[in-house]
Amino acid sequence: MSALEIRNVRKDFGRTRVLREVSLSIDSGEFLILVGPSGCGKSTLMNAIAGLEPVTDGSILIGNEEVTWRTPAERDIAMVFQSYALYPSMTVRQNIAFGLEMRKVPKAEREATVERVAKLLQITPLLDRKPSQLSGGQRQRVAMGRAIARQPTVYLFDEPLSNLDAKLRVEMRTEIKKLHQTLGTTIVYVTHDQIEAMTLADRIAVMREGRLLQLGTPDEVYNDPVDMFVASFMGSPSMNFIPAQLVRDEHGISLAIGAASDPYRLPFPAARTTPDLDAWVGRRVVLGLRPEHISERTPWGEEDANTHPLTTEVTVAEPTGADILLRVRLGEDEVNARVSPKQNVTPGDRLPLQVDMARAVLFDPERETRIA
Amino acid sequence: MNTRASVQPRAGHLFAPNSASRVRRNGAYWLQAWLPKLVLAPSVAAALFFVYGFMLWTFVLSLTNSRMLPSYEFVGFAQYARLLSNDRWLVASTNLVIFGALFIAICLAIGIVLAILLDQRIRHEGAIRTIYLYPMALSFIVTGVAWKWILNPGLGIQQVVRDWGWESFTFDWLVNPDMAVYTLVIAGVWQASGFVMALFLAGLRAVDDSIIKAAQLDGASLPRIYWRVVLPCLRPVLFSAVMILAHIAIKSFDLVVALTGGGPGYASDLPATFMYDFSFSRSQIGMGAASAMMMLAGVLAIIVPYLYSELRSRDRG
Repeated sequence: MSALEIRNVRKDFGRTRVLREVSLSIDSGEFLILVGPSGCGKSTLMNAIAGLEPVTDGSILIGNEEVTWRTPAERDIAMVFQSYALYPSMTVRQNIAFGLEMRKVPKAEREATVERVAKLLQITPLLDRKPSQLSGGQRQRVAMGRAIARQPTVYLFDEPLSNLDAKLRVEMRTEIKKLHQTLGTTIVYVTHDQIEAMTLADRIAVMREGRLLQLGTPDEVYNDPVDMFVASFMGSPSMNFIPAQLVRDEHGISLAIGAASDPYRLPFPAARTTPDLDAWVGRRVVLGLRPEHISERTPWGEEDANTHPLTTEVTVAEPTGADILLRVRLGEDEVNARVSPKQNVTPGDRLPLQVDMARAVLFDPERETRIA
Repeated sequence: MNTRASVQPRAGHLFAPNSASRVRRNGAYWLQAWLPKLVLAPSVAAALFFVYGFMLWTFVLSLTNSRMLPSYEFVGFAQYARLLSNDRWLVASTNLVIFGALFIAICLAIGIVLAILLDQRIRHEGAIRTIYLYPMALSFIVTGVAWKWILNPGLGIQQVVRDWGWESFTFDWLVNPDMAVYTLVIAGVWQASGFVMALFLAGLRAVDDSIIKAAQLDGASLPRIYWRVVLPCLRPVLFSAVMILAHIAIKSFDLVVALTGGGPGYASDLPATFMYDFSFSRSQIGMGAASAMMMLAGVLAIIVPYLYSELRSRDRG
């Protein structure tokens, strides 16, 4: 059953088009993340789902019921805000119970719900405090408690972690994931943080300039991006875009990188060549390679048909602890590589590396769309 | 600044410079530490003398039998006894209670409602805000004279409605001894409610938008959102508004003088006009001083507990 369906939703502010024909559908119990740079329309879409902003055109269905013109209160949703939006004059208990009170839930039931939610979120000792006496993480919990108490069909999270410090953010991220697993709720979650998107989502919707570019599992969005924008937005450091020429040689189709007189050649995996790709032979394309696919040489790399050796100069080395990020020379450009921290790297060295082409993607350099 | 003043000379001592420069440097630090106090001293002295000094003098006079000129023949609390048995004083204090309560309550009600309506992101908000705020720019004398004409049965509203054909229409509060005090309320509210609106509008604008959104999602209606969620956030604004309105009400003197002159008879007297009349027109300085002390006591009785409870709850957060 689809918990939420959005059909051709458009939103204009005067002559500015904020949302252009967005359509998507979420199954019950699914965790969907809307991600994109600021101004991409993700918050507007969230507000449209909540009913806080009317849409210009299109329809919204929650639990198979048309709600496009209903007020926020009639939509069976709950929202967690970036600023937490706790009622400052009420205690935590009153904050959690307020929605139930407005829906005329009997007092005894209200109290039981507050106790249950507080226990679930481990905020029982805080119930009689005011929001001003809580820390950021505690406020965040209360805000989630307020949403959970109502048991709506769909939960909306509007950048809920962006006001927390880095350590707390990771903790709360895990907590939200756990909560989703225990309660099996349907969640729509807006963020501009691609790591949050990758770690939390069942499916990710990448948006840009009011359009939904790609809707897919984190794995699909990461490994199989539809265009250069999605490819560069997901992943940190982002995907390398290397200008290359598509040529046909004895290995099949290859990419020639660098000077035309003495190019570095990378064969494209034969299994992934399509008839459409033949049309691009002899033309310029953009090769997309994730940093982790340029790494130190490994024993399996020598046997793997899609892995090719590359010996090149290192210009910058940035150890992160878990691995070392390198800037290395490839053709006329520099690209990001990721190697094991066991490697002993000094800038200026020539280092033997390998390039794994299995996950390489090709883009049209003008339209920035995916070719293969 | 203070830390430097105390640390540096010790450092000078360690390095043992010649004593002349040390004295000069100490002088500079002394000046630096004392300059703010010196600059503030005249105004502190003036406030002490003109406010608290005269307050004390008034108290002293209220214990004497001063009539046209101050005398220092003490008669204990006799002036207070005379005051409390004076019918005109009783009328004036009752009027103050009626005027003060209605003035504060109606100003707050109108001001809050206007502020909430203006907060709905309406067009031309700036112009409307200015129009409502303008009466505050007038002096109470102007307000009083204008309303005296408007409320005058022979010139103002009553006459206009009668000229339109409703011959029996009566609106004569200004000359009706039972109703004259309410004309003060009308004029006062007209003048001050725009100011209360401005105060509350600023407060409403400071409330986080997403709190209102959250309440909407929780299913609260607009009146309930304001009553349960937004207005409780505005307690500090209410505090300031009540303080300002209360002091306007208590010191209302010019409004009464211009609008009703305390009349008809002394039906619309307030303590301030009573005090002025007895001290300066009727040569009863002793009794005037006693009435002034009663006003002070009244103000303190209202303000001190309110201030105490407000500041204490703010400390608790």
